[in-house]
Amino acid sequence: MIPELGHFALIVALCVALAQGILPLAGAHWQRAQWIALARPAAMAQAVLMAVAFGCLTTAFVHNDFSVLYVAQHSNTLLPVQYRVAAVWGGHEGSLLLWVVMLVMWTLAVSLFSKQLPDAMVARVLGVLALVTAGFLLFILLTSNPFDRLLPAAEEGRDLNPLLQDPGLIFHPPMLYMGYVGFSVAYAFAVTALLSGQLDAAWARWSRPWTTAAWVFLTLGIALGSWWAYYELGWGGWWFWDPVENASFMPWLIGTALVHSLAVTEKRGSFKNWTVLLAISAFSLSLLGTFLVRSGVLTSVHAFATDPRRGIFILVFLVAVIGSSLALFAWRAPKVGLGGRFALLSRESLLLTNNVLLVVACASVLLGTLYPLLIDALGAGKLSVGPPYFDSVFAPLMIPALFLMGVAPFARWKQASVGELARTLRWAFLAAAVAGLITPFFLGEWKPLVALSLLLAAWIVLSGSLNFVERVQSTRAGQTFITAALKQPRSFFGMHTAHVGIAVFVVGVAMVNGYQAEKDVKMEVGDTVTVGGYSFRFNGVHQEKGPNYVALVGDVDLLKDGKVVRKMYPEKRTYLASSMPMTEAAIDTGFLRDVYVSLGEPIDKAQPQAAWAVRVYHKPFVDWIWGGCVLMALGGLLAISDRRYRQIKSQS
Amino acid sequence: MKTRHKRIALILGGLAILGLVVALVLNAFQSNLVFFFSPTQVAAGEAPKGKSFRIGGMVKEGSIKREPDGVTLRFVMTDTEKDMIVAYKGILPDLFKEGKGAVAQGKLGDDGLFIASEVLAKHDENYMPPEAAKAVGDAHERAAANKAATEATAKTLK
Repeated sequence: MIPELGHFALIVALCVALAQGILPLAGAHWQRAQWIALARPAAMAQAVLMAVAFGCLTTAFVHNDFSVLYVAQHSNTLLPVQYRVAAVWGGHEGSLLLWVVMLVMWTLAVSLFSKQLPDAMVARVLGVLALVTAGFLLFILLTSNPFDRLLPAAEEGRDLNPLLQDPGLIFHPPMLYMGYVGFSVAYAFAVTALLSGQLDAAWARWSRPWTTAAWVFLTLGIALGSWWAYYELGWGGWWFWDPVENASFMPWLIGTALVHSLAVTEKRGSFKNWTVLLAISAFSLSLLGTFLVRSGVLTSVHAFATDPRRGIFILVFLVAVIGSSLALFAWRAPKVGLGGRFALLSRESLLLTNNVLLVVACASVLLGTLYPLLIDALGAGKLSVGPPYFDSVFAPLMIPALFLMGVAPFARWKQASVGELARTLRWAFLAAAVAGLITPFFLGEWKPLVALSLLLAAWIVLSGSLNFVERVQSTRAGQTFITAALKQPRSFFGMHTAHVGIAVFVVGVAMVNGYQAEKDVKMEVGDTVTVGGYSFRFNGVHQEKGPNYVALVGDVDLLKDGKVVRKMYPEKRTYLASSMPMTEAAIDTGFLRDVYVSLGEPIDKAQPQAAWAVRVYHKPFVDWIWGGCVLMALGGLLAISDRRYRQIKSQS
Repeated sequence: MKTRHKRIALILGGLAILGLVVALVLNAFQSNLVFFFSPTQVAAGEAPKGKSFRIGGMVKEGSIKREPDGVTLRFVMTDTEKDMIVAYKGILPDLFKEGKGAVAQGKLGDDGLFIASEVLAKHDENYMPPEAAKAVGDAHERAAANKAATEATAKTLK
């Protein structure tokens, strides 16, 4: 009964979405107040309906209802309850349902927090969002219904893929989806601007916090995914340029460009067309990411057993969305206009350079991701593009971007002077250069890439601090420094926090790539291996039983200077339902380094108590990578909470 | 006139930089393409010497051997038609098993031994890497075609 209720809620939601997609848009065009007024209640109704559908599927999982095919495929009675809930989005159908739930929640949020916007504009934004929702609901109902019954019911479920039985899975997909789906709001605002031909500073101010919010979620989602790959897959890497990672990284790059271009549109009224195009691209890339990940064209943990109809449906949907919005753009963009002019050197031109660099970086990632698929589709053979390609293209593009991050906050709008910038920044640059070039000597070995990265990170932090101090001094007017500093707008804090986050991230990447040490060794009981100043003593393995697995648990002493620092327990699990093996690494996390040990295989399968192949790592500063991402997200949050976005509301 | 000259110089400069970037990207791209070959293709000498490439197929039953150092392994990859010996130093992915599909990336030594730098995991028990599936599928197709051809020859001989 409950699954049918969920299925029914989906069908009703589709009808509401169609009504919400058509009537308010038509109403805004022909100025029918009643049709426009439909938008908000419809958004509310959809949110309720989708919550019901999602609740029904969750109930089926919690109660182990194996008469539902999707539950039987992705759950098991032995699965702990928190993973049964997370299993709702552990497969294709459920993750799409989650996607739509997120979409209607964003729609609801827009309808609730847009009291200050003109009704016709809200109607258009909600209408566009509803059309996107309708497309996805149609997709679910036609090709991927999570409520399909399995008759007769299965006795026992097939279990959730053990790789996904991890806290990372509970949070990673929802965060990532919030980001992906959040760009649909920026997209809807952009389409609205094109439809109405009205794109001004006020428009930019409205869409800015929404775009930043989506960007924050996407940043956190990608960071969580990277962290999960680091500890759960047992490979110890944090980024593999895997096509699925690229699929989430491309919208992030464009989203970052969009956040900056919106700033220019708000402050100066420039870059209007460009902003709209970026908003369309960010959402299109989110859809492309979904297509790549969900259609099964890629080999990865995210590719589920697939049905070719699904791929074709998403492809058609993708073409329809991108095609129609680009056609609309070509038709209406001249109306929107270009906005204010600016000189060759100005804050606008620096931000434009940043945008171009980010877009080129995204294009090169896109090339590397899609080319193998294209060649395969043409039947011209199978090939792949190696990570060295991405590394060698990406780094040179990001170096000027990182350098400009230090300069742009000092440049004046409209026209800046080279002499003035150089005078202000020379000491900061000199200090950064000295710090960057000298520090690597103390780290054991001088490496040019590490030196360059540390220089750029120091540069970002020093110039950012200088910018902060200068601004506080100029607005001080008799107050103490602290009082004046606290009075700065939140968005200003936000910008510098996010930039410092980038610097922290760069330090993490440079240190890991430059100085990490790894060893794969055979260890007899009592053997010791040393890596990066730490010794690991292997004391053998013993067996333990988990809720739905049995584990061989290694007992490893971590030693520093001959003293035991702590014990580490890496595991090799075998899950009962699927008999799938899983490696659980043991990681000692520290501010300046991680040490990492994971079990490979017993040297002799018949004697798991004896020698094992073991992998040990020493990873300096690796946690700074994710720490930097958290700072970036925090910066975004600070920017959203800026008073000027709230003031408008209280004025209305 | 002066502003126009300035603008032309700017546009030319911009195009030059863009051209340079595109050239660099395509160059990096070209030198980092990793092609895929099946064991049969490798046996026929189609694979490049001294350049990294991928092979795919099944890991032959009972073929995994551990060298005395404990972390170097040798195994046989097959597309059911031709076999290839692969050597790999390191820890294999969890789901690497005899009788299952796998993909390895590495270089071919002069002695015909494939030195793998990376062995790719699948993420799910029921999942088969597409490269491995293709290698085995192609071999089966050829076998079927050969069989049909032999039967046809046999018929004409009668």
